[in-house]
Amino acid sequence: MTSKTTLSRRQFGTGVAALGAASTLPMPVLAQSQTIKIGFVTPQTGPLAVFAESDAFVLDQFRTQLAGGLEINGQTYNVEIIVKDSQSNSNRAATVAQELMFDDEVHLITATSTPDTTNPVADQAELNEVPCLTNDTPWQPHFFGRQGDPAKGFDWTFHFFWGLEDVISTFTGIWNQTETNKVVGALWPNDPDGNAWGSPDVGFPPVLEAQGYTLVDPGRYQVMSDDFSAQISAFKAAGVEILTGVVPPPDFATFWLQAAQQGFEPKVVTFGKALEFPQVIGSLGDRGEGLSTEVWWSPGHPYSSGFTGQSSAELAAAYEAATGNPWTMPLAFKHSLFEVAIDALKRSADPMDPASIRDALRATDYQSVVGPVNFMTGPVPNISKTPLVGGQWHIEDGKPVLEIVENGDHPAIAKTADVTLIGG
Amino acid sequence: MEWINAIVQGILLGGLYALFAAGLSLMFGVMRFVNLAHGDFIVAGAFGALLLVESLGLHPLLTLVIVLPVMAAFGYVGQRLVLNRVVGRDILPSILVTFGFSVILQNLMLEQFSADSQRLSAGALDTASFGIGSLSIGAVPLLMFGAAVAVLGGLNWFFGHTNTGRLLRATSDDGEIIGLMGADRRHLFAIATALASAVVAIAGVLMAVKTNFDPSAGPIRLLFAFEAVIIGGLGSLWGTLAGGIILGVAQGIGAQIDPGLQILAGHIVFLIILVVRPQGLFPKQKG
Repeated sequence: MTSKTTLSRRQFGTGVAALGAASTLPMPVLAQSQTIKIGFVTPQTGPLAVFAESDAFVLDQFRTQLAGGLEINGQTYNVEIIVKDSQSNSNRAATVAQELMFDDEVHLITATSTPDTTNPVADQAELNEVPCLTNDTPWQPHFFGRQGDPAKGFDWTFHFFWGLEDVISTFTGIWNQTETNKVVGALWPNDPDGNAWGSPDVGFPPVLEAQGYTLVDPGRYQVMSDDFSAQISAFKAAGVEILTGVVPPPDFATFWLQAAQQGFEPKVVTFGKALEFPQVIGSLGDRGEGLSTEVWWSPGHPYSSGFTGQSSAELAAAYEAATGNPWTMPLAFKHSLFEVAIDALKRSADPMDPASIRDALRATDYQSVVGPVNFMTGPVPNISKTPLVGGQWHIEDGKPVLEIVENGDHPAIAKTADVTLIGG
Repeated sequence: MEWINAIVQGILLGGLYALFAAGLSLMFGVMRFVNLAHGDFIVAGAFGALLLVESLGLHPLLTLVIVLPVMAAFGYVGQRLVLNRVVGRDILPSILVTFGFSVILQNLMLEQFSADSQRLSAGALDTASFGIGSLSIGAVPLLMFGAAVAVLGGLNWFFGHTNTGRLLRATSDDGEIIGLMGADRRHLFAIATALASAVVAIAGVLMAVKTNFDPSAGPIRLLFAFEAVIIGGLGSLWGTLAGGIILGVAQGIGAQIDPGLQILAGHIVFLIILVVRPQGLFPKQKG
């Protein structure tokens, strides 16, 4: 429907830039004819929808701030963010990514939340040479899951998050602060996360052995199980005091209740995935007290948004005030995704030119609300690592509160409490 | 001892599967109707209980007083208005319609309740257990098993000892002939769905106490329910209980060998029974 005059504009765009700059100041209307389109793929429905709860707030924030347009090289552009639902399905994510690229003709495509969303979108972007920015997937499944070559990296796709090595270091950091018999029980499911965490090469087992822990690993189970009796009896028999794993919330709830019913009482319980959201902890009631998890972001993180200027605490407070829901970790990552995207657009020589946006993304050196983002200094090309610390939940007045209890890798993020043993 | 524990826990798990499967079994038994939205109806029942717990502060199990009749009424009206139109010789329209229901229901719940993982706490009952020797039996799993036996026993009694129950059995034998006897088939079908929905309400509330649920948790419940129905024999209520227990014990023993075998062991037993006895263990007598 819209008239496609961008090609002719682009040809003499640079020449007009100076003229445009002069005219924008008194009459912005004239220069707002060009629109930068950002595509955003997110799992709004389906099992991953909990990751997308903060979408509406973040999008609203950015749309409001960008309502007056974005000034790049003296010219003001409209910015339009087009959102597509992946339905928590990787095939669907690839399809909507194609729609964004071919039908909406976005200039930059973004995606968040688990390999099921970020990998297919990034694959499509790489194939069709559209600049792509993603986060909220540990970097190994994103990079190696897409057959990334550490020597070459990718041309069009950039990603920032932490990695498996950070989880291992954070979890053992929590455990090293406690007095236990160092017997670790593991609940790792037969899915990409469980297999990576339990891998004898890159996962927990070699690190645990090196640090003097005894590992009790009954084996990979199928997710969404209704019965964990076999694992519980194995853990009880081995005298497990530290329990870990990476399971979806229903599995944890089933396991944790069965553990109580069958008299299994570990002193330290540190899980990925299941224990990241306050809603899940709240649903466990008093049984949520003392559980620990990895923390990608919290209101106490000493970082601020480069876009709105809000500190982490202010961002969390604004979210809670606007939605009435407790803050969640994906909030800051959604925010940072658009922050970094806008930053790259601002630095691009010509935001209508894909290669120009790509080069600007590659040169990113930015202080975001989740920490510094720089794609040149990552463990592999196109990847930037964000800091990870450890946290423990406490139930105060019936509400879950997350305290930072382990910061060995990132001392800049302050500890707010010491690790306490469950039931002790 | 570990093996005895695996079997006991497997039997209790079987009660859960039978409870999930009972409504499915009933609807199939009476009207040859496959309800693909069964799992989502269970989750809807759980969310209904959640609403009541949050607004009235009821104990989760007490919410059944309201959830059960509401679901039953909903089932009756739904059958009269919608599902009766697709009941017939061909099983495909019912599958398509209920598949659509499943999608609609999931998205309605997502819209209304968000994707948050929820659970209903039954207080001290959650973690209560008692020991027999070195076995530890949880109160909630036992309650679920008891509920399954009570529900299936109750339904069996209803079918054997009441007039409506006998009419339902007659419908099951030949739905077209009973019209000649002066019975209203549409009404009987709706009664069957109302009963099935009442069972779904019980399953939903107990599931909400047992584990976390969210709007997309339904379909995963469906597979084991189907397997329990088919192992037990289509349309046989006690067969469904037996099917659930066989499935639960197979999974328990599989998990004891290796947790990776848990689900596989259940599927293998299911396949073996399909090969050896395709009509299931206790098939309903064909009239």
